[in-house]
Amino acid sequence: MTGAVATARRSAVRRDRGPAWLRRSRSGTAVALTVLVILAVAYLYPFAISLATSLKSDAEAATDPLSLIPATPSTAAYTELLRNSDFPLWVRNSVIVTLAVTTGRVLFDSMAGYALARLRFPGRSLVFAALVAIMAVPGVVLLIPRFLVINSLGIYNSFAALILPLLADAAGIFIMRNFFMSVPLGVEEAARIDGAGPFRVFWSVVLPMARPALITIVVLSFQGSWNELSHFIVASDRPELQTLTKGVAQLTAGALSQGTQYPLKLAAAVIMSIPVAVLFIVFQRRITSTQDGAIKG
Amino acid sequence: MAQRTGRRSVTRQGVAGWVFLTPAVVILGLFLVVPIAMAFWVSISDWRGIGNPMTGSAQFVGATNYTELLGGDGLATKDFGRAMRNNVYYVLAVVPLQTILALTLAVLVHRRVDAGRGFFRSAFYFPSVTSSVAITVVFLFLFSATGATNRLLAVLGVEGPNWFADPRGVVHLFLGAIGVRAPYESGPLLLGLSWWNWISGPSVAMCVFIVLAVFTTSGTFMLLFLAALQHLPGEVEEAAVVDGATPWQRLRRITVPMLRPTLFTVITLGLIGTWQMFDQVYTGTGGTPGKTTLTPAYLSYQVSFEQQEWGRGAAIAFLLFAIIVACTLVGRRLLGEREDPR
Repeated sequence: MTGAVATARRSAVRRDRGPAWLRRSRSGTAVALTVLVILAVAYLYPFAISLATSLKSDAEAATDPLSLIPATPSTAAYTELLRNSDFPLWVRNSVIVTLAVTTGRVLFDSMAGYALARLRFPGRSLVFAALVAIMAVPGVVLLIPRFLVINSLGIYNSFAALILPLLADAAGIFIMRNFFMSVPLGVEEAARIDGAGPFRVFWSVVLPMARPALITIVVLSFQGSWNELSHFIVASDRPELQTLTKGVAQLTAGALSQGTQYPLKLAAAVIMSIPVAVLFIVFQRRITSTQDGAIKG
Repeated sequence: MAQRTGRRSVTRQGVAGWVFLTPAVVILGLFLVVPIAMAFWVSISDWRGIGNPMTGSAQFVGATNYTELLGGDGLATKDFGRAMRNNVYYVLAVVPLQTILALTLAVLVHRRVDAGRGFFRSAFYFPSVTSSVAITVVFLFLFSATGATNRLLAVLGVEGPNWFADPRGVVHLFLGAIGVRAPYESGPLLLGLSWWNWISGPSVAMCVFIVLAVFTTSGTFMLLFLAALQHLPGEVEEAAVVDGATPWQRLRRITVPMLRPTLFTVITLGLIGTWQMFDQVYTGTGGTPGKTTLTPAYLSYQVSFEQQEWGRGAAIAFLLFAIIVACTLVGRRLLGEREDPR
């Protein structure tokens, strides 16, 4: 309440007198705006140049790397990629893995988060402490360890190896737990007094209520598993199980190509960025305002 | 409430609690906790990738893998030393740059623009959501010998280097430019590298990765700073304006101190992230040129998967883990403890 009032008052003040940092002079505003525009161009230019170059020929990409408009636009790089390489297979594998991981995380993260926030049972605080400790383990350190377990379980080179280890994540459980802690108990208590068991309460009352947090989990899991590289490197080495990130990384390292072939590589980069870009545009407001959930893992 | 729910409900909650937790606990246990234990055993064994390390095909060798990395004078020590040197420079450059840039972006976006705030926020954040592989591909193109960056430099009359093929350290280049040359002979100082090698700075190739990291992370950290700025009480700053404090004084004396908790978070996350540099090396350089983009994370992968020296690879992973934990603790000591207002 007080927070909302303070925010309202502050924005009113800002509009009336414009007190804040550097704001007083009109030239200051112009300078800052110019700086912002220049920075925004610098941040977006690499993406524009990738798109433009993916439509150029190899020769033009080398002779005229700066221009944003191809002299003779051609989709040759895309045709080559989609017709004459394993690229479509990589896309398929990435889609399978991403959908499975996202579904799994929505379900398992919310179940675990709910249990930790709302249910009382022996061992709860121990599990929570373990979770906090796990979050501190840096992902790259787990490369070799993960391979050892995947290998011991006999699932190396299978979709199970690509998907299973990613099906739940400590950060997601943490986000869901925090969400459930912030929701008032009322509705749930009413359902419980009406005689509904914990499972019924979870499915029909709690989950529908948790939509905002679940969307955060969907966005983070989709982005995380679509962009994941290191786990896929240690989970399989079969070409049939290649995902987009690993495939494009190896394409770049020269597995498929002779010469530079920048239009081809950039076309691959453009295509693999599209799903995340769409997700970003659709959930833009949510992504850029739920700060605690938006950390790249 | 607790009394009313009764004993039956408590048992039901107990069962339900564990049922709800089981999938997550099994997955995290199996693929996070067990692996760490297994890898620790491998790091003190001589396993070479054949058979199962847990069932007798590996011998206990004590701390040999660790001492070979830290105290030897062979290639293993030297490679680890190179990876450490590269990553130290990477951390020293990226963490301050990304923090300063993120704070600058946040202050600008927060204070200056009412219209278009959403646009700028999205523009700066977009590189953070795209995949590191795709961005590395783009940077390989931008910084190739005939790429956009060198073409731009040529317009300004500067001949750009062949970025990704240039192993010369930038401090070495600077010292060379002012007439200081590398000494003819000097023995190893630390981890098999000479003192000149240690001070010669990040290579030109590594500098591109530094730019790349700042480019992809500043947006995320900008969002953290923006959130904090939005929750700062406006009154303090109002009072400072009335008292006649200059904008710079207000930023330095009021805004930054009040942002201390966020600053701590950003620097800690920055340290954790920069020590884990792997994707860019795997996609872009494989550690070349002259092993100057080698990092401990990539080295541990290479030593294990390519050279089949799993014990040493696991040992590197644990040393990296220790470094990251140490960085977090030091950061907490330096920045975290003074969180309370005086």
